[in-house]
Order: sequence, then C-alpha cells, then structure tokens
Amino acid sequence: MIPTTFDYVRADTVEDAIRLLQQSNGEAKLLAGGHSLIPLLKFRLTAPGTLIDISKIGELQGIRREGNRLVVGALTTHHQLHTSPLIRETMPVLADAARVIGDLQVRHRGTVGGNLAHADPAADLPGVALALDAMLEVQSEDGKELLELDGFFLGPLVTALPETSLVTSVSFLIPPSDAKSVYLKYAHPASGYAVVGVCAVVGTDPDGTINHARVGINGVGDVAYRAISVEERLLGQRPSRELIQQAAAHAADEGDIGGDLFASEEYRRHLCRVYTERALEQILLPEGTA
Amino acid sequence: MNKSCKVTLTVNEVERTAEVEPRMLLVHFLRETLNLTGTHIGCDTSQCGACTVLVNGEAVKSCTMLAVQADGASITTVEGLGDVEHLHPIQQGFWEKHGLQCGFCTPGVMMAMVSLLQEHPAPTEEEVREALEGVICRCTGYQFIVDAVLHAAAEMAKLQESGNVSDTMPVGEGR
Ligand SMILES: Cc1cc2nc3c(=O)[nH]c(=O)nc-3n(C[C@H](O)[C@H](O)[C@H](O)COP(=O)(O)OP(=O)(O)OC[C@H]3O[C@@H](n4cnc5c(N)ncnc54)[C@H](O)[C@@H]3O)c2cc1C
Ligand code: FES
Ligand code: FES
Repeated sequence: MIPTTFDYVRADTVEDAIRLLQQSNGEAKLLAGGHSLIPLLKFRLTAPGTLIDISKIGELQGIRREGNRLVVGALTTHHQLHTSPLIRETMPVLADAARVIGDLQVRHRGTVGGNLAHADPAADLPGVALALDAMLEVQSEDGKELLELDGFFLGPLVTALPETSLVTSVSFLIPPSDAKSVYLKYAHPASGYAVVGVCAVVGTDPDGTINHARVGINGVGDVAYRAISVEERLLGQRPSRELIQQAAAHAADEGDIGGDLFASEEYRRHLCRVYTERALEQILLPEGTA
Repeated sequence: MNKSCKVTLTVNEVERTAEVEPRMLLVHFLRETLNLTGTHIGCDTSQCGACTVLVNGEAVKSCTMLAVQADGASITTVEGLGDVEHLHPIQQGFWEKHGLQCGFCTPGVMMAMVSLLQEHPAPTEEEVREALEGVICRCTGYQFIVDAVLHAAAEMAKLQESGNVSDTMPVGEGR
C-alpha cells in the first residue's frame, strides 16, 4: 500500500515545527514515530499535504526528574519508557505498561507524545498517564503552556491540542513512596490493542487507610477516562474485598462506552468492572492477606 | 509528483545516496531502489514483521517507516548479517535447529532476534517468545525458531569467551 503524495519537511527545532505548522494552513501533520500515522497514510484514511518530521528535534528527547514529577520528552519511545532506570525506580507501572504496547519493533518507533496526541481510545498510555496525573507541556507561537491530560481527550482521535502547537513533554506525578500501582490489559487477540486497560495507583497510611487513589481506564470507551467514582469510594477507607467490589462496580460510570463488532457494550462494561476489581485486589489484597 | 528528497544512509556498512519521493516506504527503497530483496513484505499492515530490519541497531518494521525518515541512519538488512561462508550465529542457529520451513518470515525473524540478542545476550526461553510477538511465522509453530535463537545465544556466548567476536559475527558488504 502506498500513501497519496505529500511534501516532507524536517523541523530542526520546536520553533521551526511551529512555524511550518503556521505556514501550512492546517494542511500539515506532525510526524513522530509514525506508527499511528503511517498506517493511516497507507490506508489513505488521511492525506495531509505536508508531513513535518519532528523526530530529530533534540529538545524533545530526555527523561528528567523535577520535584515530585518526572518530565518525559515527547519523543521518548515506548522502548525507552520500558528500559529507563529512572522510570523503573520512580513509577514502575509506566515501564510495565510501555512493555505491553504492540511488539518489540513497534516499541522501538512509537513515542509517548504521539501515543497521547493521537488519542486512540484503544491505546495503552492514556489510561496510565491519567492515573499518574499527567500534564502535557504544549508549545505554540504564543509560548509554552501546561495542559492537564484529564480533559485533553475529546473523542476518538480528537484532542484539545491547539492547532499550531505540539506536545513537547509529558510530566507524570511520582506516586507516594508507599503507593502501589498496576496496569492490567485485556488485549484484542488480533490487533493487540487494549479492549480494556485499567491502571490503578493506590497508596495507604501506615494504619492501612487509603490516602491516594487514581484509576485510569482506556480501551472500553470513546476516550480514556479517570474513574473518579471508583477513586472516591476508596479514599479514606480500609481495604477489604467488599470495598473493592463496591468501588469496582462503578468503573464504567465515567466511561462513554459503546459496542463494536468485537465486543458489545455490555461485555465492555463487564470487562471494565472485572479488570478494575483485579487491579485493586492485586494492590490492596496481595496473596494471602484476604 | 511532489518534491523529491535526497537521502543519505548507510545500508550494510555501505553509504548510499538517492532521490526519493517522500511517500516511499523504507521497505520499497531497500527492495526496489537498492535491490536488496531479502527484506520481505508479508502483510504491509505492520503486523507480520517480515519486513523487519535494524535501524541504528534496533529492529523496526520497514513497511511502517518512510525512506526519508531513514536519512542519516545506519540500516542492517538480512544481506548484512553474513554469507554462506561466514554465517552469523543467528543464521547458524536457524540452520542447526531447522528454524525455517518456507523461509518467507525468516529474514524478518532473524533481524528481530538479532535486535533482541544485542540487548539481552542470554535471553530466557520466555524472553525469546515475547520478542517474537512482532513476527508471524505460518509454518514452524515457533518452537524451532525459539531453539534456533537459544542456540545462537549460546554460540555468541562461546565466541565472546574466546574473544573471537569480530571474526565470526560478520556484517556483509551489501550489494
Ligand atoms: C502494529 C502496531 C501495534 C500497535 N499496538 C499498540 C498497542 O498495543 N498499544 C498502544 O498504545 N499503541 C499501539 N500502537 C500505536 C503506537 O503506540 C504508536 O506509535 C503511537 O500510538 C503513536 O506514536 P508515534 O510516535 O508513532 O506517532 P505518529 O504516528 O508519528 O503520530 C500520531 C499522531 O500524533 C501526532 N503527534 C505525534 N507527536 C506529536 C507531538 N509531539 N505533538 C503533537 N502531535 C503529535 C501526529 O501528528 C499524528 O497525528 C501500535 C502500532 C502498530 C503499528
Ligand atoms: S510487511 Fe511490514 S509488518 Fe508485515
Ligand atoms: S517458515 Fe514459513 S512463514 Fe515462517
């Protein structure tokens, strides 16, 4: 399969990329790892006039700690997320989640910025990033601004990213040191994308009271979402099987869930509850305690 | 036709320069422009991994990358692994352990496994199976491929010990 023709320009800096976006009058698309965009180009589901290659921009690389956040350059690949010692140490759930994206070859090319900006509802990083209170650093001709990821996803492949701007980095909140976290995915058997993916990050006081709870869910709905109803039912409580069941029963409340050929709406709602329950059990009731 | 672009890249240690249409996929560049037909196209939808090559040492599906994106990169295709007189340990492994039947998937599988072995020189069987996620083989049922990769890892460890690595891990001339 061969894409329709387009012009190709390489941006050397973020300013360059913004200028090129401005000049294109909405006809251009940014190209990072290309692992969502190139398949779309080949199927001719999109036909931009120009591709602006941002993959060589040095300032979009790198992973560093800033206070209680980890700032990850937009071009960081899934493979780098998986193998970074800093990520492994501060938020192992992000490293583990990156590992279940696609396959080795896909992880070598796909980037964190592209994954979030693409807003595929079945992608794995949106839910994980929501559970880690992610913020996007976005740059446009007006300068830099920070956007909360919660609220960024508007619909399948639609985001709140302003037109002539790009995501320069993603920052994740380092969970409290006593918090535990997990990402559980039920992968579509053919595509490998998430039919459901639940990321839970939960912390407890020394006496066991839950003091931090984040649940991000992707795959089931039109957009990834934070399951606030679950989080609220956990906070301030002591872990028990009943609590987890009661909370997980609300896992689909905030989701805009529909059915498709592979999975009915009912099935997706069911998966959503079951995977949330399992995630919370793994964190709060590790084997032998219940 | 839209403006063509000049790309300069190293393929199997040989520098190449060409004018390409921006929409040309890397796999077409390798097969049609450079005539390196060892890299196969199985699905063309990023699923099968038959088109896997190394880009700066990392396994990548060349049907999901534009040739222009490879400007400045160093590419290794199956032709760059070794030749019949000097087989790369992974090729030796496939030979010894019957890692192929029809052979269609084999170039891509070998490149993905070379990428794995560079990062994990002594992978467990499970790690090999995990790394095979991005390739599809319709013939072997994978068991013999796994055996071949483990054989290659063991051979490479022996070479490492005897200090003979560069001799026996050739990167061919390309064509
Ligand atoms: C076979 C296969 C299997 C896959 N399986 C999975 C999976 O299981 N889970 C999963 O999560 N993903 C999966 N993916 C998708 C993969 O993770 C993509 O790489 C990723 O979603 C997009 O990142 P990219 O860098 O490749 O973006 P690109 O394809 O380059 O771009 C995607 C979109 O984002 C925009 N964009 C890119 N970077 C930026 C930026 N910095 N700022 C603003 N806009 C930007 C582009 O303009 C484009 O519209 C799979 C892909 C393939 C080919
Ligand atoms: S031809 Fe590239 S993955 Fe199948
Ligand atoms: S040997 Fe025939 S497809 Fe793998």
